[in-house]
Amino acid sequence: MSNIAKAFDHGKAFIPFITCGDPSLEITEQLVLAMADAGADLIELGIPFSDPTAEGPVIQAASQRALAGGVTTDKIFDMVHRLRQKTTIPFVFMTYANVIFSYGAERFIGNASRLGIDGIILPDLPYEEKQEFDPICKKYNVDLISFIAPTSHERISMIAREASGFVYCVSSLGVTGVRKEITTDIASMIKLVKQAKTIPAAIGFGISTPEQAKKMAAFADGVIVGSAIVKLCAQYGNDCIKPVNEYVRAMKAAIS
Amino acid sequence: MSKGRFGIHGGQYMPETLMNAVIELEQAYDYYKNDPQFNKELTELLNEYANRPSRLYFAKHMTEDLGGAKIYLKREDLNHTGAHKINNVLGQVLLAKKMGKTRVIAETGAGQHGVATATAAALMGMECEVYMGIEDTIRQALNVYRMRLLGATVHEVKTGTGTLKDAVSEAMREWTSRIDDTHYVLGSVMGPHPFPTIVRDFQAIISKEIKEQCMEKEGKLPDVVLACVGGGSNAIGAFYHFIDHPEVQLIGCEAAGRGVNTAETAATIATGSLGIFHGMKSYFCQDQYGQIAPVYSISAGLDYPGIGPEHAYLHDIGRAQYVPVTDEEAVEAFEYLSRIEGIIPAIESAHAVAYAMKLAPTMRNDQVIVINISGRGDKDCAAIARYRGEDIHE
Repeated sequence: MSNIAKAFDHGKAFIPFITCGDPSLEITEQLVLAMADAGADLIELGIPFSDPTAEGPVIQAASQRALAGGVTTDKIFDMVHRLRQKTTIPFVFMTYANVIFSYGAERFIGNASRLGIDGIILPDLPYEEKQEFDPICKKYNVDLISFIAPTSHERISMIAREASGFVYCVSSLGVTGVRKEITTDIASMIKLVKQAKTIPAAIGFGISTPEQAKKMAAFADGVIVGSAIVKLCAQYGNDCIKPVNEYVRAMKAAIS
Repeated sequence: MSKGRFGIHGGQYMPETLMNAVIELEQAYDYYKNDPQFNKELTELLNEYANRPSRLYFAKHMTEDLGGAKIYLKREDLNHTGAHKINNVLGQVLLAKKMGKTRVIAETGAGQHGVATATAAALMGMECEVYMGIEDTIRQALNVYRMRLLGATVHEVKTGTGTLKDAVSEAMREWTSRIDDTHYVLGSVMGPHPFPTIVRDFQAIISKEIKEQCMEKEGKLPDVVLACVGGGSNAIGAFYHFIDHPEVQLIGCEAAGRGVNTAETAATIATGSLGIFHGMKSYFCQDQYGQIAPVYSISAGLDYPGIGPEHAYLHDIGRAQYVPVTDEEAVEAFEYLSRIEGIIPAIESAHAVAYAMKLAPTMRNDQVIVINISGRGDKDCAAIARYRGEDIHE
């Protein structure tokens, strides 16, 4: 069983996202351990990109803060190396195609694999372009995570059939960020995934409250939360570990 | 290799949320580009509304003054709204209307594309929202007013460097949130397939006309075609029908800002490297970790860290050359053309004029240069006055 599959084998998975280096890599390192301790099942480590076109204002701002603080891909690799001495929780990188491409795809994915990264999420790499990195990901046993969106319709089966790790189900139109209400017919989207392939599906974009998480978890195998956590990091800065720990604990409890 | 490739460049590096939108656009375009009714309506709009064909003007004084090749100016500045941007916009907004869309969104740098989009939206009864970097709303304040006057909503984009790249990012974000009734009128030969092809096809009328007009006036094709390049829509328009005529030299003039050896430049071919951004694989100004560089040019329309994928390909195969032109050279050319021919070019187009001033004296007087004057310079007067230390109010 792959490390990502393990994240989904004990009830509904809670998947938090954080922007590496916001407020600092030292805090990111502590946050990862605190979130694992609070019951997170898989952690998305965001490698900041200068122009994140799929992100709302919260993660855009966090990316800018992290880059202004001097974070680089190599420093994040070093942090993952340190973290892997302390935790076996599944890790996926979330970043943009250019971060991997410009580093050298083989070099990036090879390094990530050796450091114990289990998957990669790229919001600007649709099904049509996955050949850019997928063969290299397969070679190094890293899952390239596929997205489906409320606009995907007939594409869902095609995407799910070739998906690996888990399917990232985008809850609603628009970019990442907190939403009051999610009205998409997610149950139907997930049903199409499951008809095409036996693979876990997790829902992300716009989820922030335990009530929303509970509602979403009824349809899917996992819930992904980014902006709500990144907001806590922005609000509390160096003191964010305790509030994030408590938040993750509450969210995990809500979906259990 | 996926769709929309120019050599290794191009592609569709977009969020899944937008994939069906770009597929729907491609299918609609493939249908309407061969539809006689669509083409009849578009031609009528271009001729009757936008004032096409634009003139190919013999710049007699400039030719005599520089003492070399004969210089012709392709007067895209005489189009309605004052730039080549209207060619693409009329095509795309008409297409959007046929697709049943009721709302258009656009990014803009100098504001010319935003003004053109607001104009076409007013004409065709569409709702219009334009995204513009906050820096550009200051240096191109007149165009912000024009867009509002035309009924468009202008959103100031405060993220990143507050310039064209951030406006593109924000327009893409907006499109993911509202797709059903909305078409994104991309302003240059960039972004995901099918935009680089659609925009090129709508701008190719420039080279089609140059070819006919040059044959009529000179009995031969031009020796050199010059155009400024940001994303590259006026340049690809001016180059396209000459690509298969290798004897015609194609030269794109990039904005070097304060110089290609400084960080304050937007010369992508001169200083960039291969990357993936804004939906396409192409050349981009970026650091070793793939973070997009905060580029700079005095010209808001060329102040973009990338270049369209077809230009990247023409560069790779050596069919077109790309040369850097600094702010100072462009401003001098802006002033020179105003004085010598009584034509105030856009500061973007002045980059091409600047290179012609270097090139023409090195050529024989039986040779012909065509400079694409992609837009008029009224919008730039206040900014250039400030550059020269004169504070004028618009």
